[in-house]
Amino acid sequence: MSLPDQARQALEAFEQGKGWEQRARLLMQWGDRLEPLDETEKTEANRVHGCESLVWLVAEQVEGLWRFKASSDARLLRGLLALLLVRVQGLASEELAGLDLREWFTQLGLERQLSPSRSNGLHAVLQRMAELASNR
Amino acid sequence: MFQPSPWRADFPAIAALQRQHQTYLDSAATTQKPQALLDALSHYYGHGAANVHRAQHLPGALATQAFETSRDKVAAWLNAADSRQIIFTHGATSALNLLAYGLEHRFEAGDEIAVSALEHHANLLPWQQLARRRNLRLVVLPLDADGRIDLDQALQLIGPRTRVLAVSQLSNVLGTWQPLPALLAHARAQGALTVVDGAQGVVHGRHDVQQLGCDFYVFSSHKLYGPEGVGVLYGRSQALERLHHWQFGGEMVQLAEYQSASFRPAPLGFEAGTPPIAGVIGLGATLDYLASLDAQALEAHETSLHQHLLRGLRDRDGVRILGKPQAALASFVIEGVHNADIAHLLTEQGIAVRAGHHCAMPLLRDLGLEGAIRVSLGLYNDSDDLQRFFEALDQGLELLR
Repeated sequence: MSLPDQARQALEAFEQGKGWEQRARLLMQWGDRLEPLDETEKTEANRVHGCESLVWLVAEQVEGLWRFKASSDARLLRGLLALLLVRVQGLASEELAGLDLREWFTQLGLERQLSPSRSNGLHAVLQRMAELASNR
Repeated sequence: MFQPSPWRADFPAIAALQRQHQTYLDSAATTQKPQALLDALSHYYGHGAANVHRAQHLPGALATQAFETSRDKVAAWLNAADSRQIIFTHGATSALNLLAYGLEHRFEAGDEIAVSALEHHANLLPWQQLARRRNLRLVVLPLDADGRIDLDQALQLIGPRTRVLAVSQLSNVLGTWQPLPALLAHARAQGALTVVDGAQGVVHGRHDVQQLGCDFYVFSSHKLYGPEGVGVLYGRSQALERLHHWQFGGEMVQLAEYQSASFRPAPLGFEAGTPPIAGVIGLGATLDYLASLDAQALEAHETSLHQHLLRGLRDRDGVRILGKPQAALASFVIEGVHNADIAHLLTEQGIAVRAGHHCAMPLLRDLGLEGAIRVSLGLYNDSDDLQRFFEALDQGLELLR
């Protein structure tokens, strides 16, 4: 399966990123590119629980394809969310359900950020996405 | 100046963690274990495990003897008058739940339970749920600006309807010792039973439960360099007599018929099922090890490292320390920086500290915070550990700012 353009860019950037400092800088840059959420989208229903930070995931389907928006009050987590969205944006439910997102973050060298421990929200966001993909 | 820990080499995991470039500063969550404990576990499992208080055979007798010797050691550690005042549970949380269920019969609707605003969930939720079951009033004692229970207000709030006072000895978030003598004396005078959550306090200094004058004292083995899965409930003899049996099964029973049963008194009557035998024996070995250390040197080491930690935090711009920590730990937030971001970058640099609400959500909310970073010290930490933490903190902040 071919990668979306932005995902390919991300992969190139992170593959070259050596060391924790550069990875962190890249994460912050990608986080800054996230489309901001309206205050009206920061609802309880859109909140992803199970994170120590505030995380929102807005999901809608347009003609069968998923459109996601996401944000967090934590900066590095915004970067992780941005990297997630470039991979899943515009997929159909079957494609989303069949996607190995752990593998995606492993390719980026960020697999440790998927730890199920609660200090990081990414794990919970992936669970929410998997639920969405299987329900519709 | 470098301040080494003379006990560091007694904890093999510290060197192992260091080889993985990890600096462990999360001992208030759980501690690394001394070699003496590893040896005791290996000896027990390597020489014949057996269930306790049941079997007539030799392995059973040996296990029971070792298990009961640990009870004596815990009693000695706390200066309890009698080993029968020591109940082994599966953790501090289960000890506090035992109390909340075992004392339930003493409450009538409208009675009060007093806890403080800084309680760990383990010493809040069992009482909160008891209050909901029995239509009681849960009274929350407020804190002063330093992070200690406000005595003036507490003495007003603890009154003749207070049936139980349950408070922490040392806060797991603020690192403050609580004014127990005045609180306990006042509660006792009002006819209330007193419960002290010693989960953090027991790790720092020696505490004498008779001198403390509490009815119950609870701690957990794994925070005191022992194995997890073991908690300790000390009770004054008259207080233990008021406890109703809670969990049923195993050797807690005296006589069982199909339709009825009678139960043993403390301690065995409150140790339903097979207890964590190896863990209890391991805790005994840990206490032997701790008792062999120079208590004064230990206290001096911990105090000096704690001062170093506070100084370093205060020296940095924008750092806000929560409360006025007196021992063991410090929690902080940094102006304009999300604690999850700092935690992320500390983790990237191999610094193991805790970020979040520290199992005290209402306290953090009172302080107007979503979370905080907590650095906590064990007797194996040295000044290099703190130096590495501060360097990582500076690097992380530089990046984020």
